Amino acid sequence: MTVINAPATALRQPFFKKPSILPGFGLTLGFTLSYLGVLVLLPLAALVVKAGGLGWVGFWTAVTSPRVLAAFQVSFGLSFVAALVNAVFGFLVAWVLVRYDFPGRRLVDALVDLPFALPTAVAGIALSALYAPNGWVGKPLNDLFGLKVAFTPIGIAVALTFIGLPFVVRTVQPILQDLPPEEEEAAASLGASRLQTFFSVIMPALLPALVTGFALSFARGVGEYGSVIFIAGNMPGLTEILPLLIVIKLEQYDYVGSAAVGTAMLLVSFLMLLVLNLLQQWMRSRHAR
Amino acid sequence: MPADNTSASSARSESAWVRWTLIGGALLFLALFLLLPLVVVFAEALRRGVDAYWTALTEPDAVAAIQLTLTVAAIAVPANLLFGVAASWCIAKFDFRGKNLLITLIDLPFSVSPVVSGLIYVLLFGMNGLFGPYLRSHGIQIIFAVPGLVLATIFVTFPFVARELIPLMEEQGSDEEEAALVLGASGWQTFWRVTIPNIKWGLLYGVLLCNARAMGEFGAVSVVSGHIRGETNTMPLHVEILYNEYNFVAAFAVASLLAMLALVTLVVKSALEWRFGDELAATRH
Repeated sequence: MTVINAPATALRQPFFKKPSILPGFGLTLGFTLSYLGVLVLLPLAALVVKAGGLGWVGFWTAVTSPRVLAAFQVSFGLSFVAALVNAVFGFLVAWVLVRYDFPGRRLVDALVDLPFALPTAVAGIALSALYAPNGWVGKPLNDLFGLKVAFTPIGIAVALTFIGLPFVVRTVQPILQDLPPEEEEAAASLGASRLQTFFSVIMPALLPALVTGFALSFARGVGEYGSVIFIAGNMPGLTEILPLLIVIKLEQYDYVGSAAVGTAMLLVSFLMLLVLNLLQQWMRSRHAR
Repeated sequence: MPADNTSASSARSESAWVRWTLIGGALLFLALFLLLPLVVVFAEALRRGVDAYWTALTEPDAVAAIQLTLTVAAIAVPANLLFGVAASWCIAKFDFRGKNLLITLIDLPFSVSPVVSGLIYVLLFGMNGLFGPYLRSHGIQIIFAVPGLVLATIFVTFPFVARELIPLMEEQGSDEEEAALVLGASGWQTFWRVTIPNIKWGLLYGVLLCNARAMGEFGAVSVVSGHIRGETNTMPLHVEILYNEYNFVAAFAVASLLAMLALVTLVVKSALEWRFGDELAATRH
């Protein structure tokens, strides 16, 4: 029976799908596509359509006004700085968590995900209370070094570092865990010092993961809003981030202007997504060898 | 083999002082950047004592904000749970063209800025939006009302369940489901008695993360909320208003509830990872 039925079942399958005896393909795919279409793709299309109303020249003028350009610079520049800090310290944290045993290691490991779990507004007010001129960290920094963190670009970098840290740790950690010990042992037995082994054996193997973590942290930083606006000071041209500029334009009923900046940010996200996909391919090919 | 073991471990390890310097550096960094912000929330919340803390949490606007946050999460999380299960069923159990594109599109909301996630719904359903005139003439309000908050929350938490379930179900394959069907089980029976027990911990994991983000989202809901006190203010938005009014104790009191939610999320997440690590996709690679 099954043998006779098999070709018939195969014939009834949609042309783009391999045959299977499991039911529910049409139902689940249909639901998935409608849900995705209505809630994600249609609204994103509305954004691009609204910005498209400006025409190419109008769009270009809107996204290259001095205030927008300055916000681009603030968002990208400081996200870059924060991602660099995270690449260094995230790597250190991943290394310590994988390679060394110390009391409370599991607790520390769990704590690394705090920025994912803590609502951004809470992180925002907590960081700005800490780094304000009279705060627990801000006061000593101010008294000892005359360094102001809150309400300056440094404050933004601090918030973006907080938000981006888990990305680096969680990307590097599993790769470091799976690193075969044989290569390091071989390097050592051939007379390499520990530092030489680190830079010529371990680092090359971890580089794709580290770059991916950096890129994830950077991408998150560019779009981040809640944790930044409390500590930023929000001075146009100096500490005004891109997402805040969208909110300000929206509050001034400049729908087209905010749509233009939003579309520009969306394009940047797509670009980052593309870069990240390429990085992940690189990581996989490295990892497979 | 003991001789081999010692030489191998010394080849892969650093001297004690390097090790403890690195551990110290890492812990200092984490204490400064992760632990202190958490501690300061509770310290500031309790600065004027327990009574002031309690008053801040029980005043009507705070209660309304807590209720609204729970309501929004109670709609957004089940919606994305249903979507996540449906999406991972069709993606993990079947082979079809365009699958990778579909996965990329499902992940898309994670790479969109929260503010843009709110903006798109304002442009669609706001007064001057695409459907604005239609909605106004029918007396339906989405933006600056609860439906807008729900939509924005669904958008930002869209991929959580699906992205946990897809790799898990792909790894499990469909042999067990096929066996159940061949033995005469119906499709729904197979789903409830074979698939669900296999993915239950992954499902819980995805829902946990989805819920934490849904209750804590700020940027996206801030854009669609309109900040009407007692009506469209979720907890994170209430925190912002109180903070901007220099009512720090109350702001940190409400924030401390959200911080506790984050801590509970982390504890349950870690417990799931330790206990059921091999039944979760997130902890496997």
